[in-house]
Amino acid sequence: MQAYIIRRLIQGLGVLLVMSFVIYGLIGLMPGDPIDMMIQADPNLSTADAARLRALHGLDRPIVERYWTWLGAALAGDFGYSRQFARPVLDVLLPRLGNTLLLMGVSFVLAIAIALPLGVAAARRPRSLADQAINLLCFAGISVPAFWLALLLIMLFAVTLGVLPAGGMAPAGMQNPGLLDRLPYLVLPVLTLTLASVAGLTRFLRASLIEAMREDYIRTARAKGAGETRVLWRHGLRNALIPVVTVMALDFGTLFSGALITETMFAYAGMGKLIYDAIMNNDYNLALVGLLFATLVTLTANLAADILYARLDPRISYR
Amino acid sequence: MSAAAIPESVSPSRLVWRRFRRHHLAVASLVLLTLLALAALAAPLIERALGLDAEAVNLFGRFAPASADHWLGTDELGRDVLLRLLYGGRVSLFVGLVAALAAASIGTVVGLVAGYIGGRFDAVLMRLADGVLSLPMLPLLIVLAALDPVKLGLPDAIAQSESLSLYRIIFIIALVGWTTTARLVRGATLSLRERAFVEAAVAQGASSLRIMARHILPNAISPILVATTLSVGNVILLESVLSFLGLGIQPPVASWGAMLTNAQEMIWEQPLLAIYPGLLIFLTVIAFNFLGDGLQDAFDPRSTVPGRGGSL
Repeated sequence: MQAYIIRRLIQGLGVLLVMSFVIYGLIGLMPGDPIDMMIQADPNLSTADAARLRALHGLDRPIVERYWTWLGAALAGDFGYSRQFARPVLDVLLPRLGNTLLLMGVSFVLAIAIALPLGVAAARRPRSLADQAINLLCFAGISVPAFWLALLLIMLFAVTLGVLPAGGMAPAGMQNPGLLDRLPYLVLPVLTLTLASVAGLTRFLRASLIEAMREDYIRTARAKGAGETRVLWRHGLRNALIPVVTVMALDFGTLFSGALITETMFAYAGMGKLIYDAIMNNDYNLALVGLLFATLVTLTANLAADILYARLDPRISYR
Repeated sequence: MSAAAIPESVSPSRLVWRRFRRHHLAVASLVLLTLLALAALAAPLIERALGLDAEAVNLFGRFAPASADHWLGTDELGRDVLLRLLYGGRVSLFVGLVAALAAASIGTVVGLVAGYIGGRFDAVLMRLADGVLSLPMLPLLIVLAALDPVKLGLPDAIAQSESLSLYRIIFIIALVGWTTTARLVRGATLSLRERAFVEAAVAQGASSLRIMARHILPNAISPILVATTLSVGNVILLESVLSFLGLGIQPPVASWGAMLTNAQEMIWEQPLLAIYPGLLIFLTVIAFNFLGDGLQDAFDPRSTVPGRGGSL
């Protein structure tokens, strides 16, 4: 197991390295370059100045060479400056990461708390009225565009009812808002993200539980006289949860995409919105490191899924 | 034995159709999608019949409520909402179908080759598919959609073309969407290539290409069909997000997602503008999902949960 984890960690680092090169290359292919923007900002800049600046920032060198320079600096902990914020990239990124993890974490827990009883209720009697109703809701849940759902929630709660803010992080002008001040601003983003992920989870849980309830050990449990509730929760669900845990962890990547949409819709200052804004505003350093962070989060979640899987199911052994 | 002695002989495709018909939601979805596609295709005809112009801006008739002239009212530039929705449907449905088919084609070829040839080739391809799946997809798609076509070295004729955004989004979605089909087809190929009829074909001296195309692919077609149907819905969702964020279909061509970008700023003045396109995306996607579900039940009755007999 230990050897396996170490191998996976090395693999993960490899993926991260490859991704950093790919993203670095892609970002170089986006419209506009930093020097063009400096020229736009300062009309007194001459062609010679531009060429000098280009050389100064190393932009006249081939991309692989520039990448090596960037990588060297990054490994030494220097990720460069954000153009939008005029601050080191990490200083901008880390507080936002906290905001996103808060949003994702709360939604994640809520989604599980809703999906668990729904999935069990549906799987308890397949094809029953309850099952069909839950199934229908799940289909609706996986088919609704998250940004439209956010729009509908804003229209209902912020425009029509006027009970919740349409977006933002805290009351305007407030310094260092506490969690309680931020609570109303969290409700709609969390609701959107939860609703977007609960349907898939419920469907998967239901399928997995129905599968598990057909196993021999369920018949054994019934034969030895265990009550139906005990059979369902202790014998069925515990086994059904094993693949569900994996899916949940794998879903973290999807959740991150969801967070990007949600944060953008609600002007929530998180990583997703930060990455989106960085890409749209040609803030290359920030976009690059942000994307790498997002990849890191997903890869970590994937590894956690595999480790959990082995922990929960003694039949699995990794070499 | 005469055919009359058999009480009822049914061809497999009839059997599939029969089972499909029992899935009422799937049948209703098929009808809905057909109607939507027909209406979208007939958009120019409807435009002429109503005596309107979908692009015509009328600043005196902004935010008009529904009327005999404008069945769903007008938008912030006084354009007819119904016609814009129909033209938007053409874009959304076109992108959804073409991108899903492209992704399925790539996935089928990759899956067939990986499953049939196996070995290191298989390992590399599947690792790649795993890698693609484990990436934060949306941010990366945004980067891909934001690339500068001129810097990519595309000729000016293409880089300046109006439909570039349309083909770019199809290309991007196909680029990341092939993995599901690839895994599916690979799995099917792995089990099919051990079957007797493949062995027989090998013994007869059939080439690998022929075996994959003539013997394995036809037997794997039903899961491919189901997966592709389901992915049309996902593609439409993805396209709508990218277009909504301003990175997908560029104006004046307006997909449903792009229509919502403008509508977002109008939710105080005219909330209905934000309802219609989203509702159409939702209905189309859910219909494709029901359709895929129905097809799955029809092709593989064993995969469904037993209605009775289960003692849960």
